[in-house]
Amino acid sequence: MSLLRRFQHHMTTNSQSNWLFVLPGLVLVALLGLPLVALIWRAAGMDFFSFALAPNALSALRLSLLTSGLSVLLAIATGTPLAYILARWKFRGKTALELLIDLPVVLPPSAAGLSLLIAFGRKGVFGRELTALGISLPFTTAAVILAQTFVSAPLYVRSARIGFAAIDPQLEEAAYTEGANEWQVFRHVMSPLAGRALLSGAILTWTRALGEFGATILFAGNLQGKTQTMPLAIYLGLEHSLGVALALSLMLVTSSLVLLAVLRRLDKEPH
Amino acid sequence: MICSHLLIPAILIALIACAPVTPHTLTVFASASLTDAFNEIGQDFEASHPDVAVIFNFGNSQTLRTQIEQGAIADVFASANQMEMDALTKSGLVTEDVARVFVTNQLVVILPANNPANIQGMADLIHAGMKIVLVTEEGPAGKYARQALENLNALYGVDFKDRVLANVVSNEENAKLVVAKVQLGEADAGIVYISDAIAAPELKTIQIAAEHNVIAKYYIAMLNNAPNPEPAAEFVAYVLSPGGQAILKKWGFTPITP
Repeated sequence: MSLLRRFQHHMTTNSQSNWLFVLPGLVLVALLGLPLVALIWRAAGMDFFSFALAPNALSALRLSLLTSGLSVLLAIATGTPLAYILARWKFRGKTALELLIDLPVVLPPSAAGLSLLIAFGRKGVFGRELTALGISLPFTTAAVILAQTFVSAPLYVRSARIGFAAIDPQLEEAAYTEGANEWQVFRHVMSPLAGRALLSGAILTWTRALGEFGATILFAGNLQGKTQTMPLAIYLGLEHSLGVALALSLMLVTSSLVLLAVLRRLDKEPH
Repeated sequence: MICSHLLIPAILIALIACAPVTPHTLTVFASASLTDAFNEIGQDFEASHPDVAVIFNFGNSQTLRTQIEQGAIADVFASANQMEMDALTKSGLVTEDVARVFVTNQLVVILPANNPANIQGMADLIHAGMKIVLVTEEGPAGKYARQALENLNALYGVDFKDRVLANVVSNEENAKLVVAKVQLGEADAGIVYISDAIAAPELKTIQIAAEHNVIAKYYIAMLNNAPNPEPAAEFVAYVLSPGGQAILKKWGFTPITP
């Protein structure tokens, strides 16, 4: 039965009280949907490609793809073992560690950026040690990647942890009985079984990293080609060219929608 | 994360809807460089106008102009340059000849208190590895900074401006953010208005000689579609009055000679 027909069926069989759900719900749908419609409407009315191919739009796109891609790789490389530990091991302070990892998800990105700056900035709490190693992070592309990883990697850890925790312990035990060591169990049993959770975690992380703004502008600053990612180019580009800002917004909205749709697909498919 | 994205606008709308209603809420859009001075002027104005609450929206003048053009409701606009005011006049949002210059401002180079790069004069700004922070080219303070650097080519050589710009590590949205990056010691130098430097007294400054400096003229006007035209006109008059001018002078601006 089509969605529309099912909707009509609902409305006719119990029309009196159904409106109590539909009307308030529609208000929210309008709030969420209309800006999207407006964005597409405005972008359709302009020469999208001339703006999307403008030098500053292209350099922001290139930088965003590079930094968000590296952020996802960094999240996978460090987040997978961490999620594995959190899912399989029991130790003191685990709850505190889990809180710490979840914190960036709810922290305002501007607070995240300021914390990063006063921690790893040149004059930051750990800045002296970094300077001694010849590392200066603020205003670099590396700072963009760190800011993105800070706000987005927790999403990966959370998803991976749930994935690892959902695996039947008997499978793991069987592998140990066969003589496998921890690494072999992880490599040949746990990772493949948690694969779907790892992939959806990586996609969520990627969408969040692509959209990162507040932490980046505070920690990494804004310089075209070096630290000016798409969200920064949209915000600061507003004054330069509304067209470029609209084109970049549309690209981000579209890619986020596609990634969310893939995520849905992953969650729905039978295991 | 997705949930919070949906939740926040809903809460915001609820909060706005519940806000207490005062007889007049005067909305003033003003250049971020005016933040401290206008906050004080706003308090004085509220004290002498008990039925008016003044709300400020501080930002880059260009951003504010875009917001007004896109339908943001405001009573008064105070711009850090003429261009944005002219644009609003052209589109009919401000009546012809209503905008007035109310104050001027000049640029200064700011350095962190401990001057980590050991900058002694303008000429040191071109040394390799200097971390210089400016306002974006589109913001008035950024535009003027580039203009002043160009003027300084006469003194330090034709490539002075380009060499300084090659040391720029970040183009910040407004002068307050430039000050913050220098205050935190992350940048070696920044170029901002004198008024911004005065708000951060611990910073070191290098003056730019008057003949190379850029005089920024600030314009103020009531908007045509101001919801509260009467208090709006009174606010503009107060800014131009000796009392308003004295506050602006205190915060580093040069008052207009009457």
